[in-house]
Amino acid sequence: MALDVQGLTAGYGPVTVLRGVDFRAEPGRITCLMGRNGVGKSTFLKALMGLLPATAGTISLNGQPLHGLPAHQVPRCGLAFVPQGRRLFGPLTVAENLAVGGLVRRNDPARLDEVLTLFPRLRDRLGQVAGTLSGGEQQMLAIARALCLEPKVLLLDEPTEGLQPSIIALIQDAIVTLKGQGVAVVLVEQRVDSVLKLADRVAFMVAGRIAETRDAAGLVAGDPAFRTYVGV
Amino acid sequence: MTGNSSKVWMLHLALLAVLFSAQYWLSPYNVTNLSRIMVLAVFAMGYNLAFGYTGLLSLGHALLLGAGMYAAGLPAQLWGWSAGPAFIAGIAGGGLVAAALGLLALRTAGVSFMIVTLMFAQAGYLTLLYFAPVTGGDDGFAVVATSRTLMGFDLSTDTPRFLAALMIFAVGLLASLALVRSPFGRTMVAMRENEERSRMLGYNPFTVKLAALTISGLYAGAAGAAYAILFGYVGASFATIQYSILPMLYVLLGGAGTTLGPFLGALLMFALIEAATGITTAHQFIVGAALVVLVLFAPKGILGTIRERWVRWLP
Repeated sequence: MALDVQGLTAGYGPVTVLRGVDFRAEPGRITCLMGRNGVGKSTFLKALMGLLPATAGTISLNGQPLHGLPAHQVPRCGLAFVPQGRRLFGPLTVAENLAVGGLVRRNDPARLDEVLTLFPRLRDRLGQVAGTLSGGEQQMLAIARALCLEPKVLLLDEPTEGLQPSIIALIQDAIVTLKGQGVAVVLVEQRVDSVLKLADRVAFMVAGRIAETRDAAGLVAGDPAFRTYVGV
Repeated sequence: MTGNSSKVWMLHLALLAVLFSAQYWLSPYNVTNLSRIMVLAVFAMGYNLAFGYTGLLSLGHALLLGAGMYAAGLPAQLWGWSAGPAFIAGIAGGGLVAAALGLLALRTAGVSFMIVTLMFAQAGYLTLLYFAPVTGGDDGFAVVATSRTLMGFDLSTDTPRFLAALMIFAVGLLASLALVRSPFGRTMVAMRENEERSRMLGYNPFTVKLAALTISGLYAGAAGAAYAILFGYVGASFATIQYSILPMLYVLLGGAGTTLGPFLGALLMFALIEAATGITTAHQFIVGAALVVLVLFAPKGILGTIRERWVRWLP
């Protein structure tokens, strides 16, 4: 299912951050969103999830309009969001976090098994309180919890930020597996090496708009686009 | 059933067994006190479901206690209802008023929610005073003796009253344990931890919080009705702000978000007030000082601290 965004305008109260974003994410492809700090990448993901009201523009998933829906109905339509900073339910165990994530899908045990196959380390931690996990395990759990929703589109906001290389590799492998399963992945990422490794398409954001979209195959490290839009 | 799950249920059943045995080794005076504590603990359990598990800091629970008390007491007084139907009416009264309160008050959050619930509770209290010819106002009224019998047992006597209070407490305790360990219970905790995060997982915060507040109202209604029937008194004084503060103190003392905390808090607060009253007329000063010490050294309450430091499986 393709996610289509046309002319999306949104912000925080009187402050407009997104100024007419046009964007498309396709099934089985990873679309990376890059840009300097403050250009509106995280705001864009929040607006897609209905957490910020859109003042103009449309969001649709396979033709079904999502804009204007209450935020709690958006995940039921097939979007899942892993925000920056993990954001787990700290006092709940790993199993309980996953159960809360899967409740609206009636906690299908087969789905839970699929998710744990993707992150086998969590299987050994099911009874552990989420707040006591390492940073990498917390990130795995945050992604796993979102996957319990069986999303068609997965939004990831800097999922590898602050993690050690071995954990980054595990998470990247999981993202590639999800792509193989036909999930449309939207990945906000600042690390050029990650983008070059994972992305099929790269959208560069400037001042609340998509300034340029490129096929990742045509990008190399040191490409002027990275310097222009990301400053690296 | 996992090892921890067995331990949790055994712990709760053991407490109930100890409480059952208390009638044989406590003085009649303290058996009556324990009956009162168990009824107040049911009220606190309801408060704990709203505040401790769902994060709804209400200052209006006196309204729900009063609703249960009058919903049981008035039919008994006016139409001679017996204890069973009066008790059920009390539970329904608490639940219905909580649902109505939630429909209005849950449009706010945080401090606004506290103020709105306080305002509704005060309005309820003033309404009881305004209709004093029916409600008895501050003086209240005594529930007629014929409405204080259940299946031939006179609930105004020590042992039947104690057993009835224990039964209500046991049902309330085990139901709250089952609830907080259910998928809905986890959703309540998720809501307490972060509403936006819960919304991102497909939950409607308003619905979850309304359900939690209504369940809390059922508990408050049960406690109010039980108090009316077991202790034979109904009065507007139970709808004052003091009865909105008390369950909060019980829960904070025992441990918010723990199933046994409300009972422990009610028991200790009752004992503390009893002991302080024997020392000075300014007993509330001692109670206040004790609470300050608690907040400074064990902000999660007694069982909350025990769970955090030593017994992680405590529910």
